[in-house]
Amino acid sequence: MTEKKNVICRCEEIEIDEIRKWIDAGYTNFEELKRILRVGMGPCQGRGCRDIILRELSKATGKPVAELLPGVIRPPVKPVKAKLLAEDNE
Amino acid sequence: MTVKTADVIIVGGGVHGASTAYELAKAGVNVVLFEKEYLGSGGSGRSAAGLRQHFGTETNLHMAKYNLQVFPTLEEELDTGMSLEFTQWGYMWVAYADTVLAQLQKNVDLQRSLDIPSVMMKPDEVKARWPYLCMDGIIGVAFCGDDGHINPQTLTLSYGHAARRLGAIVKTYCPVAKLLAENGKIKGVVTEDGEEWHAPKVLLSAGPWSTPLAATVGVDLPVYPERHNLLITEPVEVFDCPMVLCLDDGAYFKQCPNGTFMFGRDDQDEPHITESTNSAKFLEGVTKSVLKRIPALSGVRVVRQWSGPYDNTPDHNAIIDWTSVEGLLVNCGWSGHGLQFGPSGGRVCKELLMGEKPFVDLYRFRLARFAENDLFFEPAFI
Repeated sequence: MTEKKNVICRCEEIEIDEIRKWIDAGYTNFEELKRILRVGMGPCQGRGCRDIILRELSKATGKPVAELLPGVIRPPVKPVKAKLLAEDNE
Repeated sequence: MTVKTADVIIVGGGVHGASTAYELAKAGVNVVLFEKEYLGSGGSGRSAAGLRQHFGTETNLHMAKYNLQVFPTLEEELDTGMSLEFTQWGYMWVAYADTVLAQLQKNVDLQRSLDIPSVMMKPDEVKARWPYLCMDGIIGVAFCGDDGHINPQTLTLSYGHAARRLGAIVKTYCPVAKLLAENGKIKGVVTEDGEEWHAPKVLLSAGPWSTPLAATVGVDLPVYPERHNLLITEPVEVFDCPMVLCLDDGAYFKQCPNGTFMFGRDDQDEPHITESTNSAKFLEGVTKSVLKRIPALSGVRVVRQWSGPYDNTPDHNAIIDWTSVEGLLVNCGWSGHGLQFGPSGGRVCKELLMGEKPFVDLYRFRLARFAENDLFFEPAFI
């Protein structure tokens, strides 16, 4: 049987073990993990991985998820074709 | 309350603060760095992170050359497990007017005299090498193939990570409330949590946030924030598109090693703020301008936009100098080209803080130049 990979960020193909490794190295907030691993930077901007990562951070820090910084979701939120943005919108 | 002590305190965890912490820790100095959020959260991590040796003054060129000597082996040196994503796909300055082309030629002549492999290229040569570029109206370009790109987030985080491993204390989410001075000498800092730290030497490298912090000990810095915007697309097939900077409307674009494209465009009307707010006007203006030059990207999706503050000075060059408060060194005011100067900035600050002779002459970066009206004119700034 092939080894199962537990990919939690499908945009960047990041596995849960990788997240846990960097949390263990002392990066205990979503903003830092995002910048080391690109989780939350792909086309879904963390819709798939954010909750799972926040739960991991909660376990590691003992803080409830509600008290953790969730990171920033940026415009245009859903990917938009460049030529549509370049059109005149008078 | 217990006062803690260090040999050197660094205020600001951008790339210059982090690289200085790394250099000092490597030299065995007891150093503590304070950052208000995470490392690189100010201008550094938000940078377009172009790496170039296209400058028009010897001072900047000596430092730029050093940066490009460091970057190729830096990931191995810092050894943190983070990828710095360094590429050398080149950096192109595109001229649309004769006066601009003449200045590029002068810059390239100076670069070549310092053994930097820049060249001038004619429009047909550009077309032959990069057939996907459609740049109507161009009259020539300056290009350096050794220049390139780095990931500004992992660069800053890696410097901090390596500094910690070497014994530096790097305190994130720990904003400094004020600097402390006594009898004309620096004494330390107080954090917003009320922690007091003392050190005989303090480096202030907090980008545009340096100005209000310097004012707490009576030092006036002519450094102010200016918002700049960027966007990133979804990844496409990697074709090593260099950084292309268009000198008509200030638009620029490049491919990142993961296949995404970064678009940016400077705008004189941007607000002078440190807040990283977003602009719909930017999205429309930048896509219009960039798609004219690289129409193949018109169907590519824009994923995210963000902004970050430049730390501008009146002559768009940095200040690296001791201040009127003994023991207080400043390194800020890079005005938009600071990220790539992390290696050389860290080196010269380490040299100054340890009483060594800096490897380049820092006279042009002195603080007094503004009062003396002896500005540091750099013909190649963006």
